[in-house]
Amino acid sequence: MAYRKTVASLVAAAALLGTSSASFAATDISWWHAMGGKLGEVVVDISNGYNESQDACKITPVFKGTYEETLTSGIAAFRAGEQPNILQVFDAGAATIIGAKGAVIPVEDLLKDNGLDFNIEDYIAGVRYFYADSDGKMIGMPFNSSAPILYINEDAMKKAGVEAPKTYEEFEAIAPKLKEAGYVPLVQSHLPWEFVENFKSRHNLQFATNNNGYDGAEGTELVFGEPIKNHFKAAKKWLDEGLFGYYGTGWGDNQTPFNEGKVALWIGSSGSFGGIADTVDFPFSATFLPYWEAVEGANKASFIGGAALFAMSGKPAEENKCVASFFEYLTSPEVQYMWHKETGYVPITEAAYELAKKDGHYERTPAAEVGIKQLSLDGGEWTKGYRMGFYVQIRDVMNRELGKVFSGETSVDDAFATIKADGDKLLERFAKTTGN
Amino acid sequence: MKKVQFQSPWLPYLLLLPQLGIVTVFFLWPAAQAIQSSFYLEDPFGFGSTYVGLDNFKDMITSTDYGRVARFTAVFTFFVTVLSLGIALLLAVKADKVLRGASAYKTLLMWVYAVAPPVAGLIGVLLFDQHVGPIVDLFAMFGWKMQIGVNYFDTSFAMIVTAVWKQIPVNFIFFLSGLQGISKSVQEAASIDCRSGFRRFWTVTFPLLAPTGFFLLIINITYAFFDTFGIVDVIVKNEPGNNPVTLVYKVYLDGFRGNDLGGSSAQSVILMAMVFILTIIQFRLIERRVHYT
Repeated sequence: MAYRKTVASLVAAAALLGTSSASFAATDISWWHAMGGKLGEVVVDISNGYNESQDACKITPVFKGTYEETLTSGIAAFRAGEQPNILQVFDAGAATIIGAKGAVIPVEDLLKDNGLDFNIEDYIAGVRYFYADSDGKMIGMPFNSSAPILYINEDAMKKAGVEAPKTYEEFEAIAPKLKEAGYVPLVQSHLPWEFVENFKSRHNLQFATNNNGYDGAEGTELVFGEPIKNHFKAAKKWLDEGLFGYYGTGWGDNQTPFNEGKVALWIGSSGSFGGIADTVDFPFSATFLPYWEAVEGANKASFIGGAALFAMSGKPAEENKCVASFFEYLTSPEVQYMWHKETGYVPITEAAYELAKKDGHYERTPAAEVGIKQLSLDGGEWTKGYRMGFYVQIRDVMNRELGKVFSGETSVDDAFATIKADGDKLLERFAKTTGN
Repeated sequence: MKKVQFQSPWLPYLLLLPQLGIVTVFFLWPAAQAIQSSFYLEDPFGFGSTYVGLDNFKDMITSTDYGRVARFTAVFTFFVTVLSLGIALLLAVKADKVLRGASAYKTLLMWVYAVAPPVAGLIGVLLFDQHVGPIVDLFAMFGWKMQIGVNYFDTSFAMIVTAVWKQIPVNFIFFLSGLQGISKSVQEAASIDCRSGFRRFWTVTFPLLAPTGFFLLIINITYAFFDTFGIVDVIVKNEPGNNPVTLVYKVYLDGFRGNDLGGSSAQSVILMAMVFILTIIQFRLIERRVHYT
């Protein structure tokens, strides 16, 4: 019944907000997002829930395609003065939208200016600063926050008589047995996110100069040391020995064999949870993204993945007020818990996490807690996140060169040399875009 | 012939105005914008920009990837043009000789024309899918383990096959009508002079088809360069990775996916120049060898 109470208080809050503007007609606000399939259905549910909870505002979610397409549509619309009130921007696009000073209203200011509470400490540690500026002010409202985790086909473990690995060393020990049992032992689904960015975070390794790029775009350069090169050398060796499967850059091409029960261990997103639970017909569980024990100081938290919601600037005050009230609704523990339960994305506030625990969600489905637990592991100097411009292209460069490693066109050392050269060039170019 | 003269000197310009308007709005204006932004590095949201001179062009030419993409585009264009023209010509010559049920054959060969490029790409993706594609299964029987999206060669192969398949009907229709336009008396005279059907084709029929062939050559090069965008996009599934992509697709990737407006504009300026040069070569050099009757 806590839900009803919150709804009631939200209605009251919305009514109070509505008094200054003429509230005889609901103010329309738009929300452009990239949540397809089942995720899109939940987005519609949340919007409907918000619309029913109050009369002053009416939110309309619009599906805009992939993350990249959503960002590009948002940019094009902004330049034409037709921007939506809320734009969902993914981790790799964060530097672009945060770097464009004046494109968005920082969520911290938006909430405070509209008389709503904001305390960054209410959010779970892992999501606090990824979408913040260098002073720690939250710019984007974390929405679908995820972590890369290891999904386990329990049938495969039983058949091979092994335990799921915590480290890559353990994986190397059990992989031949999984292969013998007739499975592809390991598949990932996003090389830049799972094998590069979060490899850096899990092992507490520097990713870029200038404090991983947070201290400014100028002079930021990528950093690749021996551990990550050794990781890819090992992965290439596994591939050649049939212990690792690589099916190209597309996420789905790599997830399909796991869903079909051909793969024993699959690295996916904690947000894949809801979809897998609906699809697969074998028992599955999940655990943390593996790390190399040999790397000193490893087993740290991973970067937050997924996307955040940004309140676009240039909109009338009453619409911004609605955006603020929607954000408040969205971060309420009940809505967060519903989102978490339906999709597998992590709850972004401590209160929502507590609610999920109290409700016994993790006793029923322990795999659902893996993402948030991994994000709550000990942090280190380099686990806060990264901030790099033209990052969509940098990821494309990584996919290109690392894909060449797996297809045998290049060596690991050459691939990382090219990634660094092309990536640094892109960063240098990005630094110039913000000039006057 | 009667000479037609306009009464007012302004009337011809007025009649040309809609066409000129369209060219200005949809070509000249964007082209000028592209040239301008190719000299700047601009914040995607439009808040700031820096004049960088020719840096965008320099960065583009010195990047290893651009050369790779340009080489692939050349190879792709060559194979798509040669194969779709060659196969269509063969089919047209054979279909021209069919006497019974000719229209059924022709319709079967032409229907693909109605398929939109992205749909063609989607059919290609399904046929070549690494998990469920029947063509992949077929080649696997001969020991070729195709991996679209992983192996550069296999992906190129799938793209070329799909693009050729999509283009054959257009060429077929034109070649067939070209063949039917060759007068019977010429063909009969030729068959009295020469017994070899093969030789008759090369010395009589083929030269008479040259105007059609030349027109199709231009159409096909343009097709392979620009219109295959949908096919490339669907086959790489919006994730370039280490897949082969064409120059036009790279303009899209950098501009609309990566939001690098300056770099993307520089590439499109180069592309414009290339098309310009191509047009000159085609009309200056090749057309001289084509005889119109």
